[in-house]
Amino acid sequence: MKAIRGIGLVFLLGAFVLFNALTFMGKYSVSLKKFDEYLESAWIKSEYVAEQGKQRIVGNWGSHLNLSSELLKILQESHDFHRAKIKMLEEAGAPKEEIDAEWSKVVWLKDTKQHNDYAYPLVRGSGKGFVVENKGILFLLTFGLGILGGLMFILPSIKIDGPAGIKNDKIFQNPATNKGWISWLVFGYLITFYMVLYFFPEYAENQIVIVDSVSEALSGNIAGQWFLYGFMYCVFMLVMGVRMFIKYRHNKYQIVRTISVLFFQIGFAFLIPELLVRFNMPWYDFKNAWPLDYDFFFSWNFQSLLNNGTMGMFMLFWGIILTLIIVPVMVYFYGKRWYCSWVCGCGGLAETLGDPYRQLSDKSMKAWKFERYIIHAVLVFAVLMTTATLIAMNIEVKADGYTSVYENHGATFLGIETESYRSWYGLLIGSIFSGVIGTGFYPIFGNRVWCRFGCPLAAYMGLVQRFKSRFRITTNGGQCISCGNCSTYCEQGIDVRAYAQKGQNIVRSSCVGCGVCSAVCPRGVLKLENGPEEKRISSDNPIVIGNDGVYLRGDED
Amino acid sequence: MTHVAIIGNGIAGVTAARHIRKNSDYKITLISAETNYFFSRTALMYVYMGHMKFEHTQPYEPWFWKKNRIDLKKGYVNKIDFDGKTLKFAEGDDLKYDKLILATGSKPNKFGWKGQDLDGVGGLFSKQDLDHMEEFTKNISRGVIVGGGLIGVEMAEMLLSRGIPVTFLVREERFWGNVLPKEEGELIMRHMKEHHVDLRLNTELDEIIDDGNGRAKAVKTKDGEIIECGWVGLTAGVSPNINFLKDSALDTNRGVLVERNFQTNIPDVYAIGDCAEFRSPFDGRRPIEQVWYTGRIMGETVAQTVTGNETKYKPGHWFNSAKFFDIEYQTYGWVFPKLNEGQKDFYWEHPKGKMCMHFVFEDASRKFIGVNTFGIRLRHHVFDGWLNESASIEHVMEHLKDANFDPEFYSQYEKDIVNQFNEENGTSIQPKKKSWKRILKFVK
Repeated sequence: MKAIRGIGLVFLLGAFVLFNALTFMGKYSVSLKKFDEYLESAWIKSEYVAEQGKQRIVGNWGSHLNLSSELLKILQESHDFHRAKIKMLEEAGAPKEEIDAEWSKVVWLKDTKQHNDYAYPLVRGSGKGFVVENKGILFLLTFGLGILGGLMFILPSIKIDGPAGIKNDKIFQNPATNKGWISWLVFGYLITFYMVLYFFPEYAENQIVIVDSVSEALSGNIAGQWFLYGFMYCVFMLVMGVRMFIKYRHNKYQIVRTISVLFFQIGFAFLIPELLVRFNMPWYDFKNAWPLDYDFFFSWNFQSLLNNGTMGMFMLFWGIILTLIIVPVMVYFYGKRWYCSWVCGCGGLAETLGDPYRQLSDKSMKAWKFERYIIHAVLVFAVLMTTATLIAMNIEVKADGYTSVYENHGATFLGIETESYRSWYGLLIGSIFSGVIGTGFYPIFGNRVWCRFGCPLAAYMGLVQRFKSRFRITTNGGQCISCGNCSTYCEQGIDVRAYAQKGQNIVRSSCVGCGVCSAVCPRGVLKLENGPEEKRISSDNPIVIGNDGVYLRGDED
Repeated sequence: MTHVAIIGNGIAGVTAARHIRKNSDYKITLISAETNYFFSRTALMYVYMGHMKFEHTQPYEPWFWKKNRIDLKKGYVNKIDFDGKTLKFAEGDDLKYDKLILATGSKPNKFGWKGQDLDGVGGLFSKQDLDHMEEFTKNISRGVIVGGGLIGVEMAEMLLSRGIPVTFLVREERFWGNVLPKEEGELIMRHMKEHHVDLRLNTELDEIIDDGNGRAKAVKTKDGEIIECGWVGLTAGVSPNINFLKDSALDTNRGVLVERNFQTNIPDVYAIGDCAEFRSPFDGRRPIEQVWYTGRIMGETVAQTVTGNETKYKPGHWFNSAKFFDIEYQTYGWVFPKLNEGQKDFYWEHPKGKMCMHFVFEDASRKFIGVNTFGIRLRHHVFDGWLNESASIEHVMEHLKDANFDPEFYSQYEKDIVNQFNEENGTSIQPKKKSWKRILKFVK
């Protein structure tokens, strides 16, 4: 068994090394035709770029790293070239049309988007040689071998770890799970991975290429960076889901919950949206609710939904109903766990890939205070951004029946341009907080950093859960021995023990109802349940049953 | 201002300090030679096994003590001048008090075995015990555990988590025989064997053999068998940690003798927790109660008396819980290893042998007396309520679903249990559906 595990680890590491080495493999070739098409599709009208590109871009490249940096260099030069020319024209008193024409040639390189907007579209599809010719075999040697290795590593624990039960031995003695050197390596890798994914997608071009065939089979289109990400997301969740099934085989709540997150991720977040595209409908994740789905109210989304017939209208209607009615009603009956640890993709990754890191969340009072400030600040930011967007939105049905949705140019809300709200939210919250920090920080700060500190939907549901819900974690009378397993393994950093040892039920806005506190409790003290609101919050109870001599009310903190 | 000194920062001493603070403005000094901060000693095993770090066993963050004006003093009291109301510390300093609470806890029993003080021999009560175990279980080929009770099983689990094979010497004919009925004892012994514990029943320790350098290298049993091992765990119970109080004016027996309000024979001196022994035991309870929650209740109670509200120790119905490897155990009311006169029992066991429930009731009145449950969690409030109401065994069976506390989606066995009860007792009880109304009636 241990040998199988060892071989599995070798396979896994081999697949991992190859997957990353792909970045440095393959050759690129840009033909004149391809370059012209690129200029057109990227709306580049600068003759400087066209000319320089013919000399400096068209041709063969050994690496896309050089190709993209050369391209961005040309674009920057062209920017300076046209700006200088405009200055000259203005000084010479040239006519406005001539100056405007020159302005239209200026390429605006935004720091965070230049690779997405300009470098990636050229690099994508310019590959040739080894990687492109061996897509299939490389797919098998990375994803295939990795999955096989992962399973070989995970499955033997049925035997190695002994009879079913809580398996937390050595977690704080293992450098992979106790913030030791392996944790820091993984941390560094994940941060880099997300930076590439969000800000330098062309560096992952070869990795995207090898999943082309999967994408083509589903949507009919070649893959993009977000397809690669979605595919990897599903693969990681599945393999680590198998680990959950083994680890918690004695605990049906965990088994059912894990099946549920896998179902919603693979079905709702991955397969259905890709198939919708195949049938010429908008890519849509039916379970993704605003404000987690922060661009739902953006004009491009409205325009797309409004021009897609009954299905589009249904999606629009569903998205609004989901946020306004389904989410709060379900939280009332079942707590926010129905979403956070049963349905949500972020939650799904946290509960599978992130499970080995759940003990790393910060349980201090300080962290709790910080959490309440920051998560509600993000919710306010999301509401402001969406309000700004809706205020400036115009919907116009054209004569041919096409619905055009656009924003008033230069519109402001509270003195700030509505466009600024969106771009800052997208960068700070959408990319950095939920992606780079949200997942990258797993090995150091625990698996729910985004869900605990950043997710505006979690904040919204948390308010409902705290003030109007039937959900609670019941404390079983006086059985608590203050051991601290519950608090240690709470991924949301709730000091569960602080409540349990006082005999109080746990009613906290941040609780995602993963059920692990109840699972690791050695004395059967905690039970997640939905019941009458009466006596749900037990702050006025005598502190614990078992003492018939003294009744005490309230408590210090 | 009245100064209350508390010796011992375990659950009893800390609870007393917290509740004295709630009820008064007294100056409070909490003294410990063991650790800087209160920790849960029940969790020491998890530190060894790597489930937690030692910090995680501390229920309060360091700022808590300052905020609640509880002064912490690290020091070892080796003498008390009761007339001068002064504590003498081993470190050389003195501390005056107005009222004193002794909460010094327990120490592992050692019954005069040869070699019992060697390195690599120890119990598991204090942080120092854990450190000693950590130091002397590195690279050893076997551990021998002496004494078949709760701490023994915990220690077996700890050693096995590090891949160290365990031989478990139990003097009696079954595990924890002075507490568990035969059926439960056998269920747990099966589970221990499933975890590869080498269980030796009816086996007594004779001596621990020195390796020549002051370290244990083997044990010899009374049958003369020599078992090589690098670690000998002494887990044959604990006794009050009061050696430093012997030969003083304080009345002691095994523990410090106290009345129901924890008053000792010396005015303004109280004793609580594991170190206290009731002068006159009551309600069939033991004179010394060494359980986590009784320590807590004693702390709550003595705080009342110390702050002027004279209160007697009045614990409610007995309850307890434990975990044996993967199997959880809870008990409510009294289930003795052998039935008392006039009692009847009903035992149900799941076919796979990892879950069971054992009910005891009065034969004539049918009054429910107590339950042991293994592998199925039960709701404390409901059983406490039934015991308060003197509910009948039939009532318990009929409403058993109200008492289920297992996580959602778990298989439920009330039907099987009640069916078997019906068969054995000639009744025809139908278990009622779970009712929140009935459950919440028991929640104050």
